[in-house]
Amino acid sequence: MGDYTTQELLSIFAMQGFAGFSLFSVLLLMALGLAIIFGQMGVINMAHGEFMAVGAYTTYLMSAVSEKYFPGFIQYYFVFAIVFSFLIAGLLGYLAEFALIRHLYKRPLDTLLATWGLSLIMQQTFRSVFGAREVSPTLPDWLLGSYQPTDTIDIPLNGLFVLALTAIVTLGVFILMYRSSWGLRVRATTQNRVMSGAVGINTKKIDRLTFALGCGIAGIAGAAFTTIASTGPTTGSLYIVDTFMVVVFGGAGSLFGTIASAFSIAQAQSILEFFISGSMAKVMTLLTIVIFLMMRPEGLFSIKVRK
Amino acid sequence: MKSRFTLSKLGNVVGLALGLTMAVNMNVSAASVNTTGLAVTDKVVKVGILHSLTGTMAISETGAQEAEKLAIKQINDMGGILGRQIEVIQEDGASDWPTFAEKSRKLLVKDKVAAVFGCWTSASRKAALPVFEKENGLLYYPTFYEGLEQSHNVIYTGQEATQQILAGLDWVAKEKKAKTFYLIGSDYIWPRTTMKIARKHIENVLGGKVVGEDYKPLGNTQFGSTINKIRLKKPDVIYAAVVGGSNVAWFKQLKAAGITSKKQTLLTLSVTEDEVLGIGGENLEGFYSVMKYFQSQDNENNKAFVKAFKEMWGDDSVMGDVTQAAYLGPWLWKAAVEKAGSFDVDKVVKVSETAGIELKQAPEGYVKLHPNHHLWSKTRVAKWNKDGQATVVFESDLIEPNPFPKGYQ
Repeated sequence: MGDYTTQELLSIFAMQGFAGFSLFSVLLLMALGLAIIFGQMGVINMAHGEFMAVGAYTTYLMSAVSEKYFPGFIQYYFVFAIVFSFLIAGLLGYLAEFALIRHLYKRPLDTLLATWGLSLIMQQTFRSVFGAREVSPTLPDWLLGSYQPTDTIDIPLNGLFVLALTAIVTLGVFILMYRSSWGLRVRATTQNRVMSGAVGINTKKIDRLTFALGCGIAGIAGAAFTTIASTGPTTGSLYIVDTFMVVVFGGAGSLFGTIASAFSIAQAQSILEFFISGSMAKVMTLLTIVIFLMMRPEGLFSIKVRK
Repeated sequence: MKSRFTLSKLGNVVGLALGLTMAVNMNVSAASVNTTGLAVTDKVVKVGILHSLTGTMAISETGAQEAEKLAIKQINDMGGILGRQIEVIQEDGASDWPTFAEKSRKLLVKDKVAAVFGCWTSASRKAALPVFEKENGLLYYPTFYEGLEQSHNVIYTGQEATQQILAGLDWVAKEKKAKTFYLIGSDYIWPRTTMKIARKHIENVLGGKVVGEDYKPLGNTQFGSTINKIRLKKPDVIYAAVVGGSNVAWFKQLKAAGITSKKQTLLTLSVTEDEVLGIGGENLEGFYSVMKYFQSQDNENNKAFVKAFKEMWGDDSVMGDVTQAAYLGPWLWKAAVEKAGSFDVDKVVKVSETAGIELKQAPEGYVKLHPNHHLWSKTRVAKWNKDGQATVVFESDLIEPNPFPKGYQ
């Protein structure tokens, strides 16, 4: 290490720390929506990645529209794109629950097949509408480049943005689930569906809104990820494995579990990647998770649910 | 049957002409040009196109099948092959390798096509290969690939690994005085084989040093740690073969991390004009690609090709290396069939191996078939501009294809 100054090494250490945090925020944002759907409702939503793609394509469309008709708007559209992504993905989720999922609550394994089918349908729809090629929205200038606190440190702005967005969304979900009366009803339904129904909670409505909320958050994640990668018809399937990994490792039904799980997976992955090759790092991370889940099948944190 | 040949340059029928050796025996009967029961009548010859129209590979394969259809249309417009119009039967490989094998069998056994233009990934080619060998079909394969293969039943119109790699490395070592290299690729056969060859060449021939070698799972979108590793190692050159969606994330994150062409030389083997659409020219500006073809190549034949392609497939189309290589397939087949005076696969292959089939006016420039079924071609290094096009900065001599390179295994 003779060729490096202390400052350079410290800089790389700092940037490496940020890389870990950046991956953490990406994993958490991906997993939040699924944690709500899988954790609270027990629905294995294989189309989660496609709802993310809905958000990404919404962002792309808004970028294309503002570029063409409102060039002055290009610096600001992204904020609106996130809101729209949430609304559109949420609305689609609401419809999917109404048309498909609600008929299958008593057959949890069939939801897996049905949502997988839904994901294929959505992929082919993206392909027919937007074409097979990958697309990227035009990003506003404030999302490009890097922040340089010193000469040798570059912190990617898009990473900072995703980090901030994840913090906001997580806080929002926390308040909604643990500090609102609607959240109370959702948790009550999760813990004891029959009893909740008996005390007058409309569990069907709760289910539908929970599913829509989860899909809407997936839409936000999709919009945010356009700053990191491009969007194609099969983009969603890239994320689905990581997403399930985070939720299962964290323990279904626990928001804190999801956060802790995303944090530990991200740090393990990013530190390992620094010392060994990317593929090996992934193998090591997965192996650790498998061994952990063999010893503790319920994941990091779990809540008691009356079956 | 004895054929007469004349060397005639084709007229400018569709705004583009490839100078070919052309047979003039237009009135031979189907039975005499086809002794093996292929789908050839007095008027029509059937061929297959087999690419992924759905699934993850559709992104890449769309351009290839469009180019093949353009070439076939142009050939038909100028009178077809041996007086016969080409009829296309298209099948969808669906990005699924067993499907490629199954559809190949369908095209060869049921449709009895005289030739197939198709496959993109090595995995799909490897899956279809046993079918082509068993049924004695003929496949024109357009992608640059890792080499280490030479089948009686395949003509490779893209570059094999050494053609693409060695010239580019020589160039960067000479022009940029590069001594240290950081190799990074997606984790599958093509990047792995490629990097193996590159490492041998860097260490044994150029006297340089590989300071890092890294592989990322396909579809990976997080390069933060890798970028920090690169910062630590300070290589003269980043040598990249990252593919698919990962490619986009890789270049976006490099840019976001402040690693731009101002500070860092980067050579990539996996970015064509097609990929730039997703990556964005601004993220690539100043980096280099090593390919045999770039859309911006300044020659009459290429201009005609670009014009015809845009007329057929829309003004927004871009043409990458594989698209151009796919375009050569039908023309190479036509040249061989006419020289053989027959559609029989064995005769066409024999001529392809021995008769020095050449295309004088291919968009990429002069190419010639080598007896080992690959093309002699030039390798070019080009610098990316913000608008998504590249400027060629270096052009090699014609390079002999060498799919089984000694000392590089």
